[in-house]
Amino acid sequence: MGESLKCSLCGADATVHLTQIVNNKIHKVDLCESCAQKKGVTNADGFSLADLLSKGNFHATAEDSTLKCPDCGFTVADFRRTGRLGCPTCYSTFRKLLLPALEDMHPGLSHCGKIPERSLTSTEMRQQIENLKQSLAAAIESEAYEDAAEIRDQIRQLESESLASLAS
Amino acid sequence: MIESLIQHERAELTQSTLITGPVLLSTRIRLARNLAGHRFPGRASRTELKSIAAKCSSNLAELNAMQGASVFEIGALSELERRVLIERHLVSRELCERPEHSLVIISADQSIAVMVNEEDHLRIQVLRSGLHLRRAWRKMDALDNALEGCLDFAFSPEFGYLTACPTNLGTGLRASAMMHLPALIIAGHMEKVIRGVNQLGLTVRGLFGEGSEAIGHIFQISNQQTLGESEDAILTRLDKVIKTIRDHELNARLQLLEKNPQKLFDQMGRAFGILSQAHVIHSTEAMNLLSLLRLAVDFGALPDDFRSLMDRMFIECQPGHVQYFGGRDYAPEQRDLARATRLREALVDVPPLDFDKCTNIA
Repeated sequence: MGESLKCSLCGADATVHLTQIVNNKIHKVDLCESCAQKKGVTNADGFSLADLLSKGNFHATAEDSTLKCPDCGFTVADFRRTGRLGCPTCYSTFRKLLLPALEDMHPGLSHCGKIPERSLTSTEMRQQIENLKQSLAAAIESEAYEDAAEIRDQIRQLESESLASLAS
Repeated sequence: MIESLIQHERAELTQSTLITGPVLLSTRIRLARNLAGHRFPGRASRTELKSIAAKCSSNLAELNAMQGASVFEIGALSELERRVLIERHLVSRELCERPEHSLVIISADQSIAVMVNEEDHLRIQVLRSGLHLRRAWRKMDALDNALEGCLDFAFSPEFGYLTACPTNLGTGLRASAMMHLPALIIAGHMEKVIRGVNQLGLTVRGLFGEGSEAIGHIFQISNQQTLGESEDAILTRLDKVIKTIRDHELNARLQLLEKNPQKLFDQMGRAFGILSQAHVIHSTEAMNLLSLLRLAVDFGALPDDFRSLMDRMFIECQPGHVQYFGGRDYAPEQRDLARATRLREALVDVPPLDFDKCTNIA
């Protein structure tokens, strides 16, 4: 007892202690006053613990740490420092490194929401349907039938859109 | 520069023409979008930021929904004006911290606010009073579709809409509701609610304070996760949880009224007494007392139309607003004087609380 907790970011005495449950895993972070301020813990809009955690989960091998985004020059070190990416292309540059962090933050690893109409080429559409079929199998596996029904509807909708675009 | 916003008589949040009900204050939906082929604002050069701002604002100006909108360059606003916009939830703190080529475009009724060059190129917000997740989403969806017609958004089939921070990846959707939960706080159940909600992948936070100590008993419930779930699934889950919390709150109110009505009446009566008579009042105290008066309206001790007065005062009691209305730079003590004066004046037409009417809670 009596030993004071240290800030997870800078090592100063921590005065702010946060607990959040993401995907049924408990995450704890201790912060000092000034890091808490900087990270926007006091700002109701901008804060997410996942944000802080993402950096901890970003394990890069020596080889990975030389990766550099061809479009914006962002490096692994830049991501560690800011918790943000530099440009859209960074997602393909750092894809492999991002996946475990994304897995901790989100319920799934592939997008199953809205799709901008004009960015949909037929290959992408097929890819999207393929992804959804995998989620469907996973949902059935885990007996999440409500989710499964929803995913099935999405697949149907995409398939009909894809047919329509072929016809036109 | 921002007078027209503050004095506006039909602002969605402060002067809504709809009579809002108990517990459910407002709904907010936010989308994060970025332009394809551009670096995210945190990484972009000044020239790039400038061209992004120009591109976004000219295209936004064309939209039907944004006719008569006001455009504010953050760099051109004073500190105080920025603070007032933050208190009204029209801009984020983060946007104000990067004033270079960042701007906000606010629709005439203030129900839509689009921030340009915040963490992402576009942060679009739709606000509604009451709980209307679906309606707010439909409005947002239409706006997003219209923008998509003229702007090319960064999107990957695997990860969805690409955002500067991976926590927003996928749908880029953050949906939230502001809830007034005084009875859950008084009964000491809030910790339990927060834990339960967190387990469902949602977040509860005090709107004006932190954790369960929320000032004014106002909480914001929002989704935390954006990838691997459709917009529809996110909204459905959130809606269900919000309604469950509302039922718990209404239950807790009924219990307060049944178990110890005298204590409850005393708290509400004192709140009214202090707010209508005080000459010095801090924002925290003011907010907590306003919360009890809103509760008094919900219980029927005050007529329904006073609810919107309390909601307006919640916003206008905040430090930036008090300063703004005073028209000068107050020291904190002077601010507390000015706030008390404003409250006394605002409550002058409020009749004495009628506790005999306290039976109806929904």
